[in-house]
Amino acid sequence: MIRETLSELERVEKRLTTAGEEERAHLLFEQAALMHRLENLTAEQKVLLARLPRRPKTMTYINALFTDFFEQRGDRQCREDRSIVGGIAMFHGQPVTVIGHRKGATIEENMACNFGMPGPEGYRKAMRIMHQAEKFGRPIITFIDTPGAYPGMEAEERGQGEAIARNLAEMSCLRVPVISIITGEGSSGGALAIGVADRILMLENAYYSVVTPEGCASILWKDAKKRGEACAALGLTAQDLYRLGIIDGIISEAVGGAQRDLPGLLDAVDSAIRDALAELMPLSGEELVQRRYEKYRGI
Amino acid sequence: MALEAMTARARLEATLDAGTICELFEALCGGDPLSFPGYMSKLEAQREKTGMREALLCAQGEIDGMRAVVCVLDGGFFMGSMGYAVGEKVARCAEYAMAERLPLIIFSASGGARMQEGVVSLMQMAKTSAAIERFKNAGGLFISVLTHPTTGGVAASFASLGDIMLAEPDALIGFAGPRVIEQTIGQTLPEGFQRSEFQQEHGFVDQIVPREEMKKTLSQLLRLHGFGKSEVRA
Repeated sequence: MIRETLSELERVEKRLTTAGEEERAHLLFEQAALMHRLENLTAEQKVLLARLPRRPKTMTYINALFTDFFEQRGDRQCREDRSIVGGIAMFHGQPVTVIGHRKGATIEENMACNFGMPGPEGYRKAMRIMHQAEKFGRPIITFIDTPGAYPGMEAEERGQGEAIARNLAEMSCLRVPVISIITGEGSSGGALAIGVADRILMLENAYYSVVTPEGCASILWKDAKKRGEACAALGLTAQDLYRLGIIDGIISEAVGGAQRDLPGLLDAVDSAIRDALAELMPLSGEELVQRRYEKYRGI
Repeated sequence: MALEAMTARARLEATLDAGTICELFEALCGGDPLSFPGYMSKLEAQREKTGMREALLCAQGEIDGMRAVVCVLDGGFFMGSMGYAVGEKVARCAEYAMAERLPLIIFSASGGARMQEGVVSLMQMAKTSAAIERFKNAGGLFISVLTHPTTGGVAASFASLGDIMLAEPDALIGFAGPRVIEQTIGQTLPEGFQRSEFQQEHGFVDQIVPREEMKKTLSQLLRLHGFGKSEVRA
């Protein structure tokens, strides 16, 4: 439903650019009605927005908000996992390490990065460059957008569970600031594995969940089609998580989703990162580690 | 065939010396942060069925006279799933063991994070991993024993972080469940996939220990880490 509303809205807006006076009034009325339907979304509708192929992705943020991005590839053990991208970049004159799940906009792009579902090598690469960030005193910014860690044979053979566990343990001890932004899908341990942070921010229509809604529905009700009920029950929206005290802030999106106003979104994300850095940079390594420990200890 | 499931109570009794078991944080319970449909009644049913308050039993006691903190997940209680209560007990035990300078041993058996507590359960993965890491960095000895089955969020947090990793024979150990993997790859998994022997072969388990030798092995490990009475050779 929400996708239909969105494409209808786009069609109306396209016609608006060329419409004459008389048609214009009618179209504006239609536009307002469609926009109204995109307000007060249900949890399930938000999940669908979070999964839209056109939604801004990690590379969108890296390219727009940072300069001098130098990508660091490989886990130094056996493989380069393209479902996680990471490297060094400049953020308003401050060298930072930036990491995120990589999703594509097309099937081809998505095949190349395994739809943003990392294997252990991706998590180990992320941890490797986080330790390097710590060595050089760079704050770390992570962008979370994954349907989950990849449930495949090779991933299991190479220790998917161990890789995630190690990241959780080691991220909790990093002596540099860590800021995580859930931009789209924050699915389970595969999301958390790069998300143990001092500040956790979420886009308005992103979701963060212990299990995919479909997984929850098929486990609990033996029916993956009961996704809507699962979405409502899991408390996975940014608003739910803010209420529960798990995330620190929500970044607003345009009506209809982040893809509808990219400049506005980038501005909001940029200032959210700047604010978080301003708060965290003065803290010492010990203070950061202690506060981060207490943050998670309190959940 | 994986070994028959053992209750957490029986495991504590088989591990700690008779008369030394002193339960820790036994009254600790979680809530229903999401008011998840049916959760509280399901939890109540689990309590009635098992006589436990939560899926994790924690105790302090002695192994061949050496003090230790031992936690046991009971796979029969809500599939040993980790919500707030389990995560909190693991974290408290790590902190307690750190303060008392005791070794920490955790027997895992779990389907993963408890879905009904949503992201609160997910965050227990971060919390337990942070607490275990802090304990280990302070010099603490953490022995993780994987029993059938250890999967999902427990396999991807504290259970994989042992200084020493032990497993019972033929236990299913992995992040993704076999059914999910089969759906992903569209074929059936080979015999023995994700079992203890497979995990040992791939480098994730130090040793597979039969149940009847578990206490002896734990005792040996504690002695090797200096927890035994000093034995001076004549």
